[in-house]
Amino acid sequence: MEAATAKGASPGGFGPLGKRRRRPGEEVIRVLLFVAAAISVLTTIGIVFALVEESVSFFGEVGTRFFTDTEWTPLFQDPEYGIWPLLNGTFLITGIGILVAVPLGLGTAVYLSEYATPRVRKIVKPIIEVLVGVPTVVFGYFALTLVTPIIVQDLFGVQVQFNALSAGLVMGIMIMPTIASISEDAMSAVPQGLREGAYGLGATKRQVATKVVFPAAISGVVAAIVLGISRGIGETMIVLIAAGLAPSNGLNPVDPHATITGFMAATAKGDNPAGTIGYQSIFALGLTLFVLTLVMNMIAIRFVRKYRQVYE
Amino acid sequence: MIRLNGRAVTDPERAQEHERAVPGIDLGETVAETHPAGARTVTSREAVFKLEDVTVSYGGKPAVAEVSMDIYRNAITAIIGPSGCGKSTLIRCLNRMNDLIPSATVDGRVLYHEQDIYDEQVDPVEVRKRIGMVFQKPNPFPKSIYDNIAFGPRILGMDGNMDEIVENALHGAALWDEVKDRLDANAFGMSGGQQQRLCIARALAVNPDVILMDEPCSALDPISTGKIEDLMLELKEGYSIVIVTHNMQQAARVSDLTAFLIVKLDAEERHRQGRLVEYDATETIFTNPSDQRTEDYVTGKVG
Amino acid sequence: MSSAAEAAAAGAVRTSFESGRSTRIWELAFKGCLASCILVSLLVLVVLLEQIVNDGIGSLSLGFLTDTPSRIDPASSGIGPALTGTLWLMLVCTVFIIPVGVATAVYLEEYADSDRWFNRVIEVNIQNLAAVPSIVYGVLGLAFLVRGPLSMGHVLLAGGLTLGLLVLPVLIVAGREAIRAVPPSIREGSMALGATRWQTVWKQVLPASLPGIATGAILSLSRAIGETAPLIVIGAAAFATSSPTGIFDDVTALPIQIFSWISDPQPEFKSLAAAGIIVLMVILLAMNAVAIWLRNRYERKW
Repeated sequence: MEAATAKGASPGGFGPLGKRRRRPGEEVIRVLLFVAAAISVLTTIGIVFALVEESVSFFGEVGTRFFTDTEWTPLFQDPEYGIWPLLNGTFLITGIGILVAVPLGLGTAVYLSEYATPRVRKIVKPIIEVLVGVPTVVFGYFALTLVTPIIVQDLFGVQVQFNALSAGLVMGIMIMPTIASISEDAMSAVPQGLREGAYGLGATKRQVATKVVFPAAISGVVAAIVLGISRGIGETMIVLIAAGLAPSNGLNPVDPHATITGFMAATAKGDNPAGTIGYQSIFALGLTLFVLTLVMNMIAIRFVRKYRQVYE
Repeated sequence: MIRLNGRAVTDPERAQEHERAVPGIDLGETVAETHPAGARTVTSREAVFKLEDVTVSYGGKPAVAEVSMDIYRNAITAIIGPSGCGKSTLIRCLNRMNDLIPSATVDGRVLYHEQDIYDEQVDPVEVRKRIGMVFQKPNPFPKSIYDNIAFGPRILGMDGNMDEIVENALHGAALWDEVKDRLDANAFGMSGGQQQRLCIARALAVNPDVILMDEPCSALDPISTGKIEDLMLELKEGYSIVIVTHNMQQAARVSDLTAFLIVKLDAEERHRQGRLVEYDATETIFTNPSDQRTEDYVTGKVG
Repeated sequence: MSSAAEAAAAGAVRTSFESGRSTRIWELAFKGCLASCILVSLLVLVVLLEQIVNDGIGSLSLGFLTDTPSRIDPASSGIGPALTGTLWLMLVCTVFIIPVGVATAVYLEEYADSDRWFNRVIEVNIQNLAAVPSIVYGVLGLAFLVRGPLSMGHVLLAGGLTLGLLVLPVLIVAGREAIRAVPPSIREGSMALGATRWQTVWKQVLPASLPGIATGAILSLSRAIGETAPLIVIGAAAFATSSPTGIFDDVTALPIQIFSWISDPQPEFKSLAAAGIIVLMVILLAMNAVAIWLRNRYERKW
């Protein structure tokens, strides 16, 4: 080659193109990368396997008492293995949390999506990020040291330390960013054309927000709430610290309640060698929790897909 | 004679006109060989590529169909035609860049120095080492000017002094004087025209045989375009160049041979495909085309 | 609207464009309601931070950072072992998640054909894993690492791997986004020169997506550092008196120490807990600040 070419050797000349097959090095790398990616699948398989294996032993011993017993006292002299008190506690506290998180979250979402100026957005979004980043043990501390004394004791006059209300209220604050961000996502996805059509007819901002945008984003809002519930069900530290460990079938929010997660953590902390019913109960509860959250997440994903599909 | 798609120029007078009209290409002795697909040419120019009934399909639907043409050494071959006629698809066949698109399939043969580059045994990486490409939108790497050019030689394991390689490549792309003092600067800081010349230098650095250019000037201003056209004319002394362009004047200015493609509906009247209409010396295509469709296109009647 | 109809019917033309008084009130009230939602959240955050600082600032001292915790004497308690434990856990976690997470992201973005079923399974799986409660990861660690096949006990390696598995999806998602942001033209340019797929990934795509990956790693660690439940389940020591020196040593972590102090019936320990929280939050703040700085400084606008 002449003129502007390198003095170095040419990378193979213009002769035969070489009868090389697929480079082996590339295949090795592809396999290694696949193995890394497979680790995530192995994690799921591991979770399911771990939960099911010990649960089988648990249910082998306990059987349908899981559903028929009315108390959860597996470590007592006369043990009972009914799941209901734990489910009760879990859903009561999560329910209180949702009652707090949904209005706050949706209100924030509508404001950010329809009313906020870019400057306001710049301030509010980081605040939400901060809330997301607060470790749950901190929320637990807050529930025990501030919410319980002030709200439960002073406001309601009930002198109790552990209660579902404190845990639920703080859990609401914890869940709120989830609901806010997913709902805001859904509302932002509503095409501007829909809004403009309504504005063109003389609708006010409030009417557009409530009658056009919100209904249009309803799938996303449902998904957000379902995901919020899922997060609430799976949360451990707030309930462990603030709600106590007394399983209860009652619905009184100012009583102590135990949740699935709280009991799992407490049992794990205790002395329960492998093979005991205590040890196995951790896994049975874990399986229950896993199934509950899995179902919720699948529901949520279906709703997310619905709203994404319509507009994208 | 140059092979036309299904039509052979057998008129001796016209053949002589060919010889006169094409600057720079010595057609030498013309020998007619009748062949089922048409006439084949033997000139003193070596054919770098021979395309035989090349069809490129995406997901089973042909985007450009049954193209047969020869591409010659040390010439600039232009591929022109309206949008959608498959010019880019066709040129990307020549260095197996269509491999990067999962749904693309190539039928027919693409012979590079008599070897089918689509043969099962052939490694596309080897193909691309010899056949370089410059893209429509300049795509320098997010690295320094020096590292941009050195990237190719380094990964290909070329011997030689890297500084020299880089300098020679920059000279080859007529960029050396402009950047010699700032080789460490990030390539993104250059203007569009400079970036494109950098991409040309980058391609030159690995010592290719052929340089493919897919609408290299369409994202550039007229002055940069002019510089790159001058560059192409210099480069053809050392390389074989194939250029896709939607700018007819550019094809007329720089190329020695021009292939004209159009979009047609396929036999079932359902899908659009690109087809080669006429391939001849540039001057012929623009002053005296054999096909009415070519004439309509180059005179701007359709387009 | 009815008044306008009436007015029109009466032959008058409505010339004023001002909205009615009741409309304006409702609009403002609505907007105020919405804004108050944000303000409530902001208020809660402020109150929370203020409470913690108030409770804990008194106990903060250099000694606090290095002392070992004592069950009896709050005044001489510190987070020494817990703090080093947390740092070690983060180190183990990082060493695990970065190769695995980046490799997974590279595989999914550069190599995987999304038509193949197993690649879709991997993608869906990562989405599901992100939503599994953190305590379940603790159960996973308990079953496979602490007991079960590996039976290493509740040691540093077990804790680090458990936390790593928990936050792996976060890094994978961030890594994929960073890799996806690199324009295809860079890959084309590289491969057109004769580079192989891996050469292109290793020398062009990964270097260009490094800032995004680093930010993702920091975000993952921010999540991991505050997790308590998984560590409780795997049995991380509630009261460690010494820092770990090897990956098979017992380990504790800052959140666990905080939790122990919160759970302690003696009220003096509450302020220790608050002080520990302050340290934890400061670390988190620093990590997020670094992530934001990284993003602003190095993230390329393609």
